[in-house]
Amino acid sequence: MRDTLTGSRIRERRQIAGLRQAELARQVGISASYLNLIEHNRRRIGGKLLVDIAAALVVEPSVLTQGIEATLISALREAAADAVGQQAELDGLEEFAGRFPGWAGVLAQMHRRVVSLERTVETLSDRLTHDPHLAASMHEVLSTAAAIRSTAAILADTEEIEPEWQDKFHRNLHQDAERLADSSKSLVAYLDDSDSAEDRRGVPLEDVEAFFDSNGHHFPQIEEGGDGADIDLGELDSSAAKTLTRDFLDVYASDARAMPLIEVKAALDGAGLDPLQLAAKFSVDLATVLRRLAALPDGYLGRPTGLVVCDASGSILFSKSVSGFAMPRFGEACPLWPLFQALNRPLVPIRKRVVQLGRTAAVFDCYAHAWPQAISGYDEGPVYRSVMLVRSVEDVAQDDQAVSRVGPSCRVCPNSDCESRREPSILSEGF
Amino acid sequence: MSRRVLLIEDEPNIAEAIRFLLTREGWQVDTHADGTDAVQVIQGANPDLVILDVMLPGKSGMEILRDLRELEDMQGLPVLMLTARGQSRDREMAENAGVSRFMTKPFSNTEMLTAVRDLHAQATQS
Repeated sequence: MRDTLTGSRIRERRQIAGLRQAELARQVGISASYLNLIEHNRRRIGGKLLVDIAAALVVEPSVLTQGIEATLISALREAAADAVGQQAELDGLEEFAGRFPGWAGVLAQMHRRVVSLERTVETLSDRLTHDPHLAASMHEVLSTAAAIRSTAAILADTEEIEPEWQDKFHRNLHQDAERLADSSKSLVAYLDDSDSAEDRRGVPLEDVEAFFDSNGHHFPQIEEGGDGADIDLGELDSSAAKTLTRDFLDVYASDARAMPLIEVKAALDGAGLDPLQLAAKFSVDLATVLRRLAALPDGYLGRPTGLVVCDASGSILFSKSVSGFAMPRFGEACPLWPLFQALNRPLVPIRKRVVQLGRTAAVFDCYAHAWPQAISGYDEGPVYRSVMLVRSVEDVAQDDQAVSRVGPSCRVCPNSDCESRREPSILSEGF
Repeated sequence: MSRRVLLIEDEPNIAEAIRFLLTREGWQVDTHADGTDAVQVIQGANPDLVILDVMLPGKSGMEILRDLRELEDMQGLPVLMLTARGQSRDREMAENAGVSRFMTKPFSNTEMLTAVRDLHAQATQS
């Protein structure tokens, strides 16, 4: 359908072409007053006269009848400017839009969508690049430091300062000093991976870990013969967290059936902790033993013991924290952990003594094993998961050469000469 | 006519210090502490210069800046961005969003005043 603005477009095009009304009228063989009526949309126009006017204005007739919206032209120009490795024929842009308005619209729409998606990606990246807890803590500390620095400099450098401002800045300094002390403490506690689970709620996996933490990673009902379904999950908010917890409890129940508590205790009392021997004794794989050991009640293993499970992508699926061995809550862990080395050597039992660099630099014995998940069909390769038991070590010789250095995650690792570093450490930036 | 700066910062003590310093330099300082409606507040205030914190409640400074630069009459407005995140990636992101100057917390008062003077001088020359 032609709209009623053809006359306005003719006027616009004539002005762009620098033609006076009388000149254009003469070229197409009509009177100037008639062209004036057309240009003010008071006379309909079509047929040969339209074609003649279009020819005189050097545009496609459709440009005059259907119009090329300024926004479309502008969008096409932007698309041409943003194109990489393609030189668009800008002088033919209006002709293209006039002759193929549908395609021009599609191109403009696609370009708008690309721009919009790029912005979304940038915004999400802005939000997600940094661990939100760490970013918030850092922001708090640095903002308070900024306030203190600025206020202190005002008090030190300003020669004549009104008493009321002076009082106000003194109060602010005191307030900020207290804030800095509190925020520094909470940041250090965070970097040390405090055991507090209260602030970790909200993400399903964290809810699962908080649930296991609150139960000490041990479920007497299951030990007595029950199964995962017997455990009340009422404290979990989301259905995702409930589903995940149910899955982990099913694994727990299966491990408990394969390695009954009383028999495990007897084996530990008799032969001590050797996961391979336990695997042979109970006829189970090493992964089962490692998971089972981490689920024993406090005191069975003598020393604090943690666990971490990841999938083949390296994403951490589950963890039981152990004091002194920081496990990142978001993002990636240190690639030097035996957990990930096990993925390179599936089914090979790995034992390694490690020191995790950081403020405490504690030493741990790690046992790791990667085992295949169920195979979905013929000719399908197995997808592995890896598990690592982390057991604290006492009385380590200072010069023990067999201890490997690992970190928590690159962002908070002080090891500046690590070949495996993915990104700079915030510690190396003077934080 | 006095020069006007709009300070968008949710830390009251930083805002107070900056207000004190700039007022002494002859600026009229307006403050705002929320990111959600910051773009509208900037449009309404029509300041000579904006000092914008990155981490604000409601909407980040980066998002505010991007939205601001979409507006035709806000493309030349000098924006000094304050952030606790000074990594090169953050700088790059701010530059892509259209920042005029990027300053990492904690900054010195001299640094901040110099940045404000430079930005204002550049804006008035152009």
